[in-house]
Amino acid sequence: MNDIQSYLAVASILFSLGVFTVITRRNAIAILMGIELILNAANINFIAFNRFGGMERLDGHIFAIFVIVLAAAEAAVALAIIINLFKNIGTVDVDQAKELRG
Amino acid sequence: MDNNLIILSLFILFLPLLSFISLLIVGKRLGEKSHFIALSIIGLTFIFSAYIFYNIIIKHYHPVSVSIDWISSTSINIPLGIYIDGVTSIMLCVVSLISSLVHLYSTEYMKGDKRYTRYFAFLGLFTFSMNGIILADSLIMMYLFWELVGLSSFLLIGFWFEKDSAANASKKAFLTNRVGDIGMFIGMMIIFYHTKTFQLHAIPGLVSDMSSEILTCAGLLIFMGAVGKSAQFPLHIWLPDAMEGPTPVSALIHAATMVAAGVYMTIRIFAFLTVDALAVISVIGAITAMMAAIIAITRNDIKAVLAYSTISQLGYMIMGLGVGAYVAGFFHLVTHAMFKACLFLCSGSVIHAMHHSLHKLDDHDTNPQDMNNMGGLMYKMPITFACMLIATFAIAGVPLFSGFLSKDAILAGTLAYYHAHHGWTIIIPLAGFGAALITAFYMFRLIFLTFAGNPKNEKIHSNVHESPKAMTTPLIILSILSFAFIFTLPNINPLSDNGWFEHSLHETKLVDTHHHNLNINSEHPRLVIQHFDKNYNLNEVEHHIHDQHDQAMFLSLLVAFIGILLSSLFYFFNKFSIEKATYFMKKVGLFNLSRRKFYIDSIYNNIIYKPFLWFCSLASRLDWNIYDQTFIDSIGRRTLDLSDRSVKADYDWLDQKIVDGSARLVEYFNNKLKHTQSGIIQNYLMAGILGIVIIALLFQQI
Amino acid sequence: MSSLLFLFLIVMIIISAVIVAISSQLIHSAVALLFTLFGVAGLYVFLYADFMAATQVIIYVGGILVLIIFGVMLTNKINTPSIASSSVNQIIGFLASSFLLLLQFAVIFKTDWPQKTFNESWGTGTTAKIGNLLLQDYLLAFEVISILLLAALIGAAFLSRRSS
Repeated sequence: MNDIQSYLAVASILFSLGVFTVITRRNAIAILMGIELILNAANINFIAFNRFGGMERLDGHIFAIFVIVLAAAEAAVALAIIINLFKNIGTVDVDQAKELRG
Repeated sequence: MDNNLIILSLFILFLPLLSFISLLIVGKRLGEKSHFIALSIIGLTFIFSAYIFYNIIIKHYHPVSVSIDWISSTSINIPLGIYIDGVTSIMLCVVSLISSLVHLYSTEYMKGDKRYTRYFAFLGLFTFSMNGIILADSLIMMYLFWELVGLSSFLLIGFWFEKDSAANASKKAFLTNRVGDIGMFIGMMIIFYHTKTFQLHAIPGLVSDMSSEILTCAGLLIFMGAVGKSAQFPLHIWLPDAMEGPTPVSALIHAATMVAAGVYMTIRIFAFLTVDALAVISVIGAITAMMAAIIAITRNDIKAVLAYSTISQLGYMIMGLGVGAYVAGFFHLVTHAMFKACLFLCSGSVIHAMHHSLHKLDDHDTNPQDMNNMGGLMYKMPITFACMLIATFAIAGVPLFSGFLSKDAILAGTLAYYHAHHGWTIIIPLAGFGAALITAFYMFRLIFLTFAGNPKNEKIHSNVHESPKAMTTPLIILSILSFAFIFTLPNINPLSDNGWFEHSLHETKLVDTHHHNLNINSEHPRLVIQHFDKNYNLNEVEHHIHDQHDQAMFLSLLVAFIGILLSSLFYFFNKFSIEKATYFMKKVGLFNLSRRKFYIDSIYNNIIYKPFLWFCSLASRLDWNIYDQTFIDSIGRRTLDLSDRSVKADYDWLDQKIVDGSARLVEYFNNKLKHTQSGIIQNYLMAGILGIVIIALLFQQI
Repeated sequence: MSSLLFLFLIVMIIISAVIVAISSQLIHSAVALLFTLFGVAGLYVFLYADFMAATQVIIYVGGILVLIIFGVMLTNKINTPSIASSSVNQIIGFLASSFLLLLQFAVIFKTDWPQKTFNESWGTGTTAKIGNLLLQDYLLAFEVISILLLAALIGAAFLSRRSS
């Protein structure tokens, strides 16, 4: 808990699971959850490097905050799109949404 | 005072240029009135020249000079400058006077010409360049204006360029002059190489370390320019042809001023000519004087007679310079300018009258210049006749007239030269006196054929009228200037040339020691200024000339009298039959020699022109038949063949296979690859991860 | 004690993340994600990032997760594993993600990481420092991201409203 490797290992496991989720799931909301996992993994890395990288300032925290804000924005827009998709084609299966239609 | 003179001389130099430029610009609008500009400007030039003349000659003001750097670098320094002494001021006066008289004359003579404005513009250009030669203080500047003079002469000879003969004559004049100018340029450069200066007044003091041979060569090469410009043998052939130009132009350029430029230039370089060079110069002058006089006898064209007489008189001047009598040479230049201009303008007046008469008769075949169509014009054109008679007296060397004095001085010089050297030099006085005799003969032949006797063509004769005042005024002025007393004031002894002219010329030093601070006493063994020969320097030359004066005067009077007598016996009193004389001369072979101009034109034709043409046609045939037809055309055919093949290759190969093939290849891969564009995001992500895998495997860094 | 707690947090994060990845019930995934995010917030506490831990809880758990659960509920009937469980290319996905994991582990455990900590200088908390940084050095980025957030919210509202 006082070495950077353990944090990085947790972050990498989270990242891999997120990638697995994104690749395998067909449900758009599940894919969104995978993306959240990936973003959290990245955030853990930011904070961990800020702590163990010998930095005096808190730039890593700032980056993490920006990532969180982006995640929030992304979640809002993505869910709006997903709901629209569901309203239009009656499903949230990304395989069914492979054609762009007006 | 110095500044005044310099500024005035600059005005004299550039005012005619202004006339030229302004006529070129506004000439079209002025049309028939354009001579106002030219005439007023040239008149102003004459007034300025007269002022300079007054100060230098009459008030005996010292020579003035000014120069500015033109090209200046560490190794060489070439200045342009102006130098005014007695010779300069007299020449300026002569040129501007005759130029203005010719301008006045031309207003009438050229009336109605479609290029009236351009004519006056060219006259301005000529006057500008002629003044440049006169004022130049260095060889290089003289050379610049020398070429400009050649150009304006070319333009004016070819003024009626619609006529083939005029166009050819202008080309001939230009090219012949070029031959001489090349020599002049080389000579200049030799001098410059050794003395590092072009300044005319500095050169004589600096040539002392040049070897005698090189200095002789350089002097003769520079003199070649004078041979070209002053129409000396063997480059005299252009001058008779130059009479294709308008007659006032012939008077101004090809009789009075430009052709005298060569003589003027020789006077300027006289100080560093060697004895050997002067000997060659005197022989060339003697040959020219004699030959041209003989040719003139058999001319029937009134202007051709005058042209050859001009060549002959120029030969006189050159001969005078060659024998060391440069004062006499220059004197003859000035007097000749007056009476020859007068003669030419008179002939122009006659031609003008004849032309109008023929025009009235609607006769376009008869040659208005042929003396065989004239005769008896004495009563129809009394003023022209009187003036021409006076000028003829002058050229023939009759006492009371200017030609007598100057010719007499030259002949005295030739006699002195013979007495100093003996041997072969006898040909020089012989040529001098012989030419004087012949000159008197043919000039009176001209007078008798033109003005005396019965008219040969009554119709033409009845329509001839005296020329208008604008034409006769210059004639009268010039004929007055042909009297001897003009040049000997304040003395009026008609047999002695003792007067202002002689004095001013003797005061003019050929080498200006005062201004250039040069070591004039540098001992060059063959330089004329120190040693004309062993024990025979320039002062002694003059002394000898003085000794020979009486003898020369007697002889020249005699030959002039014989010439006039013979002429009048043949052509006026008809005591001798011309046919018999012609027959006799034909037997001896002299007639054809004269008639065919000593075969010089045909010699040039056969030696230079025809081989050149032959060579040209050979070269052209080589070029066309062999090079063009065989070589170039075969390249063309090969190229055509090659291009046919390449078209086929292009279509079959490049088009069908490579271009179309690449399109088909793209289509093929498109069909295969379009499945990857599935729209399934997960597949893309898979591909991305696959990329990461590949990159990781490739760069096995970890 | 604290290392025990750390271990517990790690185990909780990994197990809940696995559930997120493979659960056949979408609502289960969402609830598992809640635990994952809480665990990450705990990790932040261990990293002396107090402000970040609070933010993680408030925004992720309080905001995004709620949003996701809303999405799930709007698009699925509860307890019907209609499309939620259906997965594709699980084998190739597993291979790819495990390769990535191996790759990262190789990097993590082979590299000699710097081990300097400056937590002492952080003093009483990070909030004030983060506030200073945001409003001084990162002011432009802060303003831009707030504009972006505003635009995203408006865009989301525009997209999801009932079309006329």
